Amino acid sequence: METAIQTEQTATIREFLQQRIGAEIAFTDEEDIFKLGLVNSLFALELVLFLENTYQVTVENEDLKLEHFSTVNNLSDFISRKKGL
Amino acid sequence: MDLELTREQKQYRAEFRHFVREELLPYANDYDKQGFIPRSLIDKLAEKGYLGAVIPTAYGGLGMDQVSYGLLNEEIGRACSSSRSLITVHTSLTSETLLRWGTTAQKEQWLPLLAKGSTLAAFGLSEPGAGSDAAGIATAYLEQDGHYLLNGVKKWITFSQVAGLFVIVATGAAGITAFLVERDTPGLTVQPLDGILGTRASMLGEIHLKDCRVPAGNILGRIGWGLQQIVNTALDNGRYSVACGSLGIGRACLEDSIEYAKSRSQFGKPLKDHQLIKQKITNMVADVKAASLLCRNAGYLRDKKNPDYVIQTTLAKYFASRMANAAAAEAVQLHGALGCHDSLSIQRYFRDARVMEIIEGSTEIQQIIIADHSIAGLGAVL
Repeated sequence: METAIQTEQTATIREFLQQRIGAEIAFTDEEDIFKLGLVNSLFALELVLFLENTYQVTVENEDLKLEHFSTVNNLSDFISRKKGL
Repeated sequence: MDLELTREQKQYRAEFRHFVREELLPYANDYDKQGFIPRSLIDKLAEKGYLGAVIPTAYGGLGMDQVSYGLLNEEIGRACSSSRSLITVHTSLTSETLLRWGTTAQKEQWLPLLAKGSTLAAFGLSEPGAGSDAAGIATAYLEQDGHYLLNGVKKWITFSQVAGLFVIVATGAAGITAFLVERDTPGLTVQPLDGILGTRASMLGEIHLKDCRVPAGNILGRIGWGLQQIVNTALDNGRYSVACGSLGIGRACLEDSIEYAKSRSQFGKPLKDHQLIKQKITNMVADVKAASLLCRNAGYLRDKKNPDYVIQTTLAKYFASRMANAAAAEAVQLHGALGCHDSLSIQRYFRDARVMEIIEGSTEIQQIIIADHSIAGLGAVL
């Protein structure tokens, strides 16, 4: 069951993605934003910085797997694991 | 956003200006003509710690903040874009990227050497057939017994003539990957490239890799993530350096133009008293100030690790490199025939400025990035 912290986390991640992708672009928390072609070449760099800056985690080489970053839910799960939630 | 320099940053700037006045300005035109900077200058940059400016003190660097590092690039770039390009490739493209994504072993092996300047580093991305289209690189890697064989040609590689360590970006079975390759690796040769329009002393070369065998431990970053992880990080770091270096060129054009306008008379009065000259100077001042604020803003956000720094650095590079070209063109025009002659630095600034719009992402690539970012949302841009 999702905790309040995780719910807030998901909302924050979605807000960031929506800012970078466009407020009017619709996508669900399960949809792969890379497969949908919604992001540009700088996005990966911005996303890593956002995650590190917002959640005080360090993204390591071994964390770089597309499935960690592909959907809102995957991103939220990734952060939860990094923070040991 | 606080754009005022701290006391420490002001002290740094005074120190950079002193160094530039004593060690660079008197000699930069000679370096440009001879097509290289001497080892003695590289040693002086190293002694001051400038080659390891942003490397943490734990690795022997100065641990400088990004705003101060921007000032370093601006002041060095104000005098000599070739010297600034050494800092761009050695410190920004390679050292900072290694610091961010290198393994502990890679960082412990290389960062102390890079901070001291005893090893110089260069970044091997461009190829004869791949410039803006970095994904189109043909240099290939092949896994063999836990090692990787590299084959291909890298072109236009700044300071490759003297670098001891290269980041080589190659394509292969797992996708585009970056490798740390030492100069003495068998099969690696560097051919100097002459005849470049600007930054003529930046010791360009072509790197030839023929069955260069590197261990798996030399992969920089994650295998297959060379573009998204390493190239993007490196070019972002490099764009900040080039933005601030371009600001330095613009300032040089402005400052030299004001001095000339005071000393030269035509039609019975100093140039400075002609209305059209005032117009040129005003336009240059406004553009230099705007570029300065964009660079300072990018540095401030970089120090805060705010993700908006990526697009703000792009914006600073885009504006500052175009500004440097506009300012250099005006400076040549204001100096007349003298502006076209190599007895003054103006013609060098004009040639160097041209390069700024091509390196670390061309103006056209920046336009695509900035427009796409803005169309998605202006929140991170304005």
